[in-house]
Amino acid sequence: MIPEIIIRNAPALLIAVPMLAAFVTPVIAKAGNGVMKAWALLATAVTAAIAGIIAWQVLDFGTIIYTFGAAAPGLTIPLDSGGIPVRIIFTIDAMSAFMGIIAAISGFAVCLYAIASEKRQTGQEMFFALLLLLEVGILGMVSTGDLFNFFVFLEINSIAGAALVSYRIRGGLSVEAAMKYGFVSTLGGLIVLTAIGLLYGQYGALNMAMVATRMQFTVLDGIALAMLVTALAMKSGAVPMHFWTPDAYGLAPSSVTAFLVVASQASLYGVFRIVFTLYGGIVQTLDWTTVGWIVIVLGVLSMFVGVTMAIPQHDVKRLMAYHAVSQTGYMLLGVGVGIALLGTASFDTYGIVAMEGGIFHIFNHAMYKGLLFLTAGAIIYRTGTSDLNRMGGLGHSMKWTMLFFGIGALAIAGIPPFNGFASKLMIYESVYLFNPLLAVIAMVVSILTLASFVKVFHAMFMGPKLPEFAEVQEVPAPMLLGMGLLAVIVVLFGVFPDQVVAGLVEPAARALADQGAYIASVLGGA
Amino acid sequence: MMTRIVRTAAGVLFPFVLIFGFYIVAHGHLTPGGGFQGGAVIATGIVLLVAAFGAGEIGRRIGPGALKGSEALGLLLFIGTAALAFGFGGTFFANWLANGGAIFGNVVPFGPNPGDLNTGGVIPLMNLAVGIEVLGALSVIVLLMFKGVREETE
Amino acid sequence: MIANLPFIAVTVIALIGIVVILTRKNLVKMVMGLSLIEAAVNLFLVSLGYRNGGIAPIFTNAPAGEMVMPTVQAMTLTNIVIGIATTALLLSFVMLVYRKYGSADAGVMRRLKE
Repeated sequence: MIPEIIIRNAPALLIAVPMLAAFVTPVIAKAGNGVMKAWALLATAVTAAIAGIIAWQVLDFGTIIYTFGAAAPGLTIPLDSGGIPVRIIFTIDAMSAFMGIIAAISGFAVCLYAIASEKRQTGQEMFFALLLLLEVGILGMVSTGDLFNFFVFLEINSIAGAALVSYRIRGGLSVEAAMKYGFVSTLGGLIVLTAIGLLYGQYGALNMAMVATRMQFTVLDGIALAMLVTALAMKSGAVPMHFWTPDAYGLAPSSVTAFLVVASQASLYGVFRIVFTLYGGIVQTLDWTTVGWIVIVLGVLSMFVGVTMAIPQHDVKRLMAYHAVSQTGYMLLGVGVGIALLGTASFDTYGIVAMEGGIFHIFNHAMYKGLLFLTAGAIIYRTGTSDLNRMGGLGHSMKWTMLFFGIGALAIAGIPPFNGFASKLMIYESVYLFNPLLAVIAMVVSILTLASFVKVFHAMFMGPKLPEFAEVQEVPAPMLLGMGLLAVIVVLFGVFPDQVVAGLVEPAARALADQGAYIASVLGGA
Repeated sequence: MMTRIVRTAAGVLFPFVLIFGFYIVAHGHLTPGGGFQGGAVIATGIVLLVAAFGAGEIGRRIGPGALKGSEALGLLLFIGTAALAFGFGGTFFANWLANGGAIFGNVVPFGPNPGDLNTGGVIPLMNLAVGIEVLGALSVIVLLMFKGVREETE
Repeated sequence: MIANLPFIAVTVIALIGIVVILTRKNLVKMVMGLSLIEAAVNLFLVSLGYRNGGIAPIFTNAPAGEMVMPTVQAMTLTNIVIGIATTALLLSFVMLVYRKYGSADAGVMRRLKE
């Protein structure tokens, strides 16, 4: 019932639809604000549908290859090129489809929310155009199979993200944050480009599968690996390069923050793709335990520093930003354990479970962290302040927001039956078998997270109704719908985790760990 | 606003800069250059006018409306040309005009050759689209920055 | 040794750029330092493609002989365009900071603490 042409060209449509929508938005805005908002919402909904189609195709038929500019999507190697894939190729395996679904669902929820939350601002057509461009950047980053194309989408992310962070100028604070974010992102992008140049100079290819085939691990390759992992971890907010995170997440409009979290996780996806697919074939010279332990140490540092710096905060969005850093640590820990066990026998017993936990945590984190930021935005929208010391007693008038915040807070602390518990349990179990101390640290961080959010909940919603918030009422319907969509997914994934893991997460983890299948699908099929 | 000599010279030079920029755009598939480079040259021509006549004057005459319209037109032309490839059975961005005998469709001989302007397929069209877009975008950036400066010094 | 000269120049320019970002207090100069690092990366990319005795990779009226690699030149061009967009955005931010805070010194950007 879906036309064949759409299914065949779905990977191209995945970035073509939001890009076309972003270019047309300033033109359509001349017909009125309502038309433009409907257009943006329609574009994100269609993108979500296309991401769903791609995920269904990948899970049924295997990795999808899409060659841009060829006569047919599967023609990766032209006849006269001597076996080298020449064009830009989108290689969507189960992990890319997984991240694509996250980005598409988040984009739709954020667009729905932003329709109401940005009502009072001027220049709204620019906001929605930039939001759609940020979605293009994220979707492109997770789908591409070409190194330089990855860099281009990374820079699209940086520029659109920095512009969106400073959207509400209000006295200059957000401009300061956006400048820090822009500087750090551009520096990271330049380091990535230098590493890509090093790899191209040695192997003469930009396609990830081609470089992986030709890779011999020389000293320059080691330098390139270190540069790539450092720069992409810097962009995803891992300690010790997390200093832009509280400022940028705290001062951006809340809908933008919820989407920036997904952009940071796309950078994390970049780290995993580089470590597993690009360098995955060398088991002789590259010591996987060392690389794994470096990732694990980064993860543990992020978890600990994030949660300890979050506790004394009294600005609600900065507190949540530090928690985002802490949760990124969980993902790094899970996948780091998987990396450390790569190639050994215990990989198939509990190493893959650790990887699945880390990857599942990426999805859960995007959902509940997005929900938490959107609820914080709802409260700021109604009360005009983000300082916890001045809020209080909002539970009397904002019941839905309180419910959504409660769901998000319980999910982030890892309480059943919400989705945070499912992924954290997988991480605890497998990491305990690897090294018991790490699991204990993870559980302590989880308890501290719960304490922090209990404090926030009490400060915001409990207590008597304050006189200055007497006429505060619930937020408009589009904002509630956006939050509700994420909350439903949080609850659903918590109640049915096994189906989700078996259907979505396990194919993703297996596709990430299996480098041979990735290369064969690009180069073997011509 | 500069002296009469500078203003007259800028006015005389501007058409030549414009033609040179469009030459770079149009011959992008044969000689060094192409969409972005030509568009940047044309935007430099507009900056020449701004330097000679003052940003307020140029902002009143040319106006961000026309330049933003040019930017939007360039973007839509670019993505429309890329998406039309779906209709001709190829993938996104496929070159559906190359070697076809239609508008830019002469067959390209192999190896070094005296360049034929009528070749390239979709590429000269995309060069034109990017050129229009870049001149609009860069000019708008320059004019808005000058407007910001004037707002502060008033 | 002479063949390594472009790469030595890349390192020198990049180091100058990093030193400028770290030591200068004026925001505009910090953006210029970032621009220097970008220039260094562009030079690095272009010099990767050089083949000994090669000519420019243009087929129109080309003499016979080996051509240098054109892929890196396309990468450099893309990076220059990205650099323009980034520099324009950062300079707009500097203008806004100047307008709101009254000074373009990096010291005023310490209002966001802890």
